Amino acid sequence: MNHLLVVLVVFSPLVGFLINGILGKKLPEKLSGALGTLAVLISFVSSILLWNHVSIHGGFETVLFNWLAIDTLVLDFGFRVDALSIWMMLIISGIGTLIHLYSIGYMHGDKGFSRFFAYLNLFVFSMFLLVMGNNLVVLFFGWEGVGLCSYLLIGFWYHNVAYGHAARKAFIMNRIGDLGLLLGIFLIFKVFGTLHLATIAELASANLVQPQIINWITFLLFIGAMGKSAQIPLFTWLPDAMAGPTPVSALIHAATMVTAGIYLVVRNANLYQIATLTTQIILIIGLATSILAALIGLYQNDIKKVLAYSTVSQLGLMFVALGVGAYSTAMFHLTTHAFFKALLFLGAGSVIHAMGGEQNISFMGGLKNKIKTTHITFLIGTLAIIGFPLFSGFFSKDEILEKVFEYSPIAWGFTLFSAALTAIYMLRLYFVVFLGNFRGSETQKANLHESPISMTLPLMILALLSLFGGVLNLPHFLPENMSQFLSHWIASIPSMQFMAPSSHEHHLSQTIIFGLMGLAIVLVLVLLFLVYRFYASRQFNILPNQSRFSKLGENKFFVDEIYNHLFVKQIESRSEFLYKVFEKKAVKPFIMLFPRIFGQLGKVFQRVQDGNVENYLLYFVLGIISFILLILL
Amino acid sequence: MDLIGYENYFWLSTALFSIGILGILIRRNMIILLMCIEIMLNAANLMFIAFAYKWGNMDGHIFVFFSMLVAAAEAAVGLALMVLIYRKFKTVDISYLDKLKF
Repeated sequence: MNHLLVVLVVFSPLVGFLINGILGKKLPEKLSGALGTLAVLISFVSSILLWNHVSIHGGFETVLFNWLAIDTLVLDFGFRVDALSIWMMLIISGIGTLIHLYSIGYMHGDKGFSRFFAYLNLFVFSMFLLVMGNNLVVLFFGWEGVGLCSYLLIGFWYHNVAYGHAARKAFIMNRIGDLGLLLGIFLIFKVFGTLHLATIAELASANLVQPQIINWITFLLFIGAMGKSAQIPLFTWLPDAMAGPTPVSALIHAATMVTAGIYLVVRNANLYQIATLTTQIILIIGLATSILAALIGLYQNDIKKVLAYSTVSQLGLMFVALGVGAYSTAMFHLTTHAFFKALLFLGAGSVIHAMGGEQNISFMGGLKNKIKTTHITFLIGTLAIIGFPLFSGFFSKDEILEKVFEYSPIAWGFTLFSAALTAIYMLRLYFVVFLGNFRGSETQKANLHESPISMTLPLMILALLSLFGGVLNLPHFLPENMSQFLSHWIASIPSMQFMAPSSHEHHLSQTIIFGLMGLAIVLVLVLLFLVYRFYASRQFNILPNQSRFSKLGENKFFVDEIYNHLFVKQIESRSEFLYKVFEKKAVKPFIMLFPRIFGQLGKVFQRVQDGNVENYLLYFVLGIISFILLILL
Repeated sequence: MDLIGYENYFWLSTALFSIGILGILIRRNMIILLMCIEIMLNAANLMFIAFAYKWGNMDGHIFVFFSMLVAAAEAAVGLALMVLIYRKFKTVDISYLDKLKF
């Protein structure tokens, strides 16, 4: 039964992909969209049934078939369903279903409608492989699969050359990270002699391996996570990935795929527990990414770009939590972020839909009364992400702040700064888009309309989740049976018992904890007031900002230009040298020597073939005679 | 038969075969060519018989019957072709028959 459910979860999106991919053009739009959504819905229902099983009997593994066996390397195509993977499965299939539903409305009338659903289903399938694989190779298979789907979907409107370039950029930057992950997997196999995740976790807790090697392994895995989860230095692909259709940005580049890096670290938490050096690196990179991306987000005028930088920044916060060893906290923020960021992206999609494709927020404004459902849900998403009290983001962000404070007050200061920046750029976005006067063209104003129900329904469901998502992991000072649900849940995996809140001693006194929480609340409220006053004084317009720093922010701190200069130009000049000197002067003349020799030989021997049968006969007889002579002599 | 050693048959057969080949190489008259082919064929037949005699085996005789039969058919077809060619081109010189060459 469980085996069947696992197969159903994983393969129903694959079947959806095959049907839409092969028959797509012949299917009517409605059927195509319904099939794609149904495939993910089946996964979601099966995941809920599996959740039920896991909560009673604990996790289990199931093997589909033996994949390959080379000497000591025995690989099964097996799946692991435990507290951690079922959590991810529910997020993927749940939010995935909503976004598929939304896409039916959003992609209506697009020429590649069925292709879009085929890709989305393939993505969901790969994502399931990633989070459910019981060994690192199945995980890697899924990891590459989601990378491919990300590439295909960013470049979905491939007629636009710039979109194609964005897709390639995402793919190539991910490859750099993948190389790190692959090397990490190799090193794990060399050190532990197995790729089975549960066995690795067991061996890692036995403390048999030198910490230095563990540091290397975890660092290499983290490089993979950097690529997929868009951390410094591999973060520049994610904002460009906004070239894809908005549901893609919501599903792949906000809620699920980019969190694969977090999942990878949490899944190997037993390794990261020992790797003190790597976790420090993770903390620093997470903080730096979070602040840098937030600063860039402050100066962007494209609604999707702001959200993209916000995603990078929030992912940075999750890595901060991982860096201080708060794995379940990172999972908590991952979950709430999946809710509110998917909501914000879908809301942005609805705004773009209403504006007839316009993405620049300086042409929006005053949309509050025009698209009411979108406005209210977007407002809920904004309040959730800035950590307004009792919204889901408040609980997760506060837990991160508390864990970081426990680790180091200085890091806490930076994290708080990043959280404050989040509040500023998100409020700016909200105020400029929804308040004030409409600044677009007259035709846009006449055509403003609320999106169809298939688009607003997912918005409402996600808004509810963003509102109440906090109950998944309420603060630990509340009574035990209602707080810290997620932490207890993940700690139910035997190898991850150390994440249980009870085993974790609280160094902080109650006063400090409440003080920190109060500080965060006051900060958010003050910022809300200040940002409102700032934009109200300008009638909620964006005025061109002439300061030097804002120019830096608008140009994304020139990170792309620096990379271009450091890497791309260097490789290009070397390639050109090799082409002009090595290829043209050495390789080509040498290779061309052979055709020339045989050409000349051919010219000599073609005279023999003159078409005269008697001559052929003569050669034939001469040949026989020479053979006979050869034998006789 | 005993009076003449079988080696002599080999030499005779070889000589006939060589004469046939030489004829094909140097002559242009199609009737002569057909005759040369017949000579070569019969040289081979002679070799079959000689070996059959040498090894005391009847297989060679069987082969000769077959090849004689085929040779008769071949001569009939070949001569008929030649008659037709002569009617059309008024010559049996093979070097003039190059219409299919390109």
